[in-house]
Amino acid sequence: MNKNNIILYSGILIFGLIAPFLFPAFKVQLSILCVLIVLATTWNIQGGEMGYNSFGNILFYGLGMYLCASVQVGMFFPLAEWTESGGEKTFVHTPTQFFQGMASGLVVAAIVPTIIAGLIGYSILGLRGHYFAICTLGLGVAAGEISGGIEIIGAGQGFTTPPFPDVGSLEARGEFFYFLSFFTLILTFIAVRSIYSTRFKLILNAIRDNEDKAEAMGIETMKYKIIGWMISAFFCGLAGGIMGGLVGYIDSTDVAFDGREMGVFMVLMAILGGKGTLWGPIIGATIFHIFKEGFWTFFLGWQYVALGVLIVVIVIYFPEGIMGWLREKYPERFGEVVDEKDRKAQVELK
Amino acid sequence: MDFMVFQYPMITVQACLDGILLGILFALIAYGMALQWGVMNIINIAQGDLVILGGYIAYFMYLYGIHPAWGVIVAPVIMYFLGVLIYKLVINKVVDRDLFISILATFGISILFMQLMNFAFGADVVLANSDYGTTMLFNDNVVLPNSKLFSAFISILFAICLVIYMKKSKLGRAIRATAQNARAAKILGVDTEKVYAATFGINAALCGVAGALISITFTIHPYMGLPYTIRSFMIVIVAGLGNLPGVAMSGMGLGVFEEFADYILGTEFRIGSVFLLLVLILVYRRFKLSRKREYLK
Repeated sequence: MNKNNIILYSGILIFGLIAPFLFPAFKVQLSILCVLIVLATTWNIQGGEMGYNSFGNILFYGLGMYLCASVQVGMFFPLAEWTESGGEKTFVHTPTQFFQGMASGLVVAAIVPTIIAGLIGYSILGLRGHYFAICTLGLGVAAGEISGGIEIIGAGQGFTTPPFPDVGSLEARGEFFYFLSFFTLILTFIAVRSIYSTRFKLILNAIRDNEDKAEAMGIETMKYKIIGWMISAFFCGLAGGIMGGLVGYIDSTDVAFDGREMGVFMVLMAILGGKGTLWGPIIGATIFHIFKEGFWTFFLGWQYVALGVLIVVIVIYFPEGIMGWLREKYPERFGEVVDEKDRKAQVELK
Repeated sequence: MDFMVFQYPMITVQACLDGILLGILFALIAYGMALQWGVMNIINIAQGDLVILGGYIAYFMYLYGIHPAWGVIVAPVIMYFLGVLIYKLVINKVVDRDLFISILATFGISILFMQLMNFAFGADVVLANSDYGTTMLFNDNVVLPNSKLFSAFISILFAICLVIYMKKSKLGRAIRATAQNARAAKILGVDTEKVYAATFGINAALCGVAGALISITFTIHPYMGLPYTIRSFMIVIVAGLGNLPGVAMSGMGLGVFEEFADYILGTEFRIGSVFLLLVLILVYRRFKLSRKREYLK
């Protein structure tokens, strides 16, 4: 790690720590931004590095959301009665109960999706190309439709997560969720960054570039694909658990398994920033979130129209993303040795 | 869960009949998807939204006092030009690119259409009433709406017309040539750009017909598009590209499956079971293919 990197990282860390006090009105937005960055970064592990474009990471996100809230409620109160009472609260968590429940809920929300990813990974990840994309799309939608029919987690009417307990300060809720998501973000970033500096990343890239060849070289591609997917599932579940607490209300198709919104967002953010890079998804998520919030606020009602147009425009005119564009422009900065003659020859060829 | 199906055989007959008539409609949509998949190598996620849009055309004719059955003529004409327009604006830029790019681009179109329809037509579940009455079979135990028979008849008619058109006409031959080898077709003087546009237009027109029939027989809603896409995708991968009897059979099979899932699991799990079936079929296919690969070793 060189000097510039240390300055950059500590700058971001300090900004992250003081941000909720600098912009108290934007605490919730900043927390959502952290969750979005986590989702985009983990999507990038398969979509960008491994070349497996998944629409189904929303499955782990929604699963984490439901699991975290169910554990948090189920640890202290009967779950069925809680969901039946709906909005009117018959049970109230004390602060200790709330935090204990949240902590164990997050642990479950992270571990169970990871196990599920491992279990279904062998069947699903054997699919290639568009079959994989459509299959994961189907998984996400199926999960949403099925969870919308299960009574104990609220079925179609939704599931209210435990409200934040009264700890004396009105700002406490926002700060709690902000720091929770911010530390998850840091955890994700450290994990992903250390993964990307190992042989594991090279194997993932080999799978992306030519899977059969990688297999012929003696790499157990299936094992690494499953591990990659499990890492994604772990952080997606965690992010889902936090988001469930933050939103305060879980609906099967509109909040948890929201393939039309969150499921596309994570793909879009990673592509916008530049897939297959460490910083791409982070930059993409930040820009996308700012754009989205602006649009959602000023053109309410037209947001999905804008989203559709945005997807088409990004995909057609900007498939390499911001990092890809920067790389094209300043290849030296990315550690590529450029031979001027060779470059000119390539331009002429085009 | 409801086990009425096993106690009353008439419900089984009813479900099978409904399923087959519904499946013929699915097969028509799937035929369009197979056509463009085979020719352009594109999977159109917006397929279902084109279907719903066709349905709204028929519904609007119904609102303005024209019998919705005329939608079967009007919807494909409008949808053909819309399809060509979509091709010119978006699809021709993604045709020869990575498959995922085209999936994502059509996903964007799907979201766009969904929302525009939501604005234009409202979020209510609507149907165009055709007043065709019903036929009762087996001592009035099985109810068969005539509109379903009508829709199955029209679908078969359109499918037959299209097959003949593809076999006999000049454009049909050009489309089949492009599907076999786009580059060779280009060398031999086929304007592939035009062929692609026409293929996408024909697909959209088929969706328009199916949508008009769906609005007469069942109900339509702006957000109901994606299940139709998934169904046609499923039918195409089960049947294989260019296998017309296969498309018809697997379409009917899917229709029957759905009706039984509806009866046994309950209506709330109907769409979910379709999507789960897709996952199961893909996984089954993956294991079958991997066994084939082992033979090769």
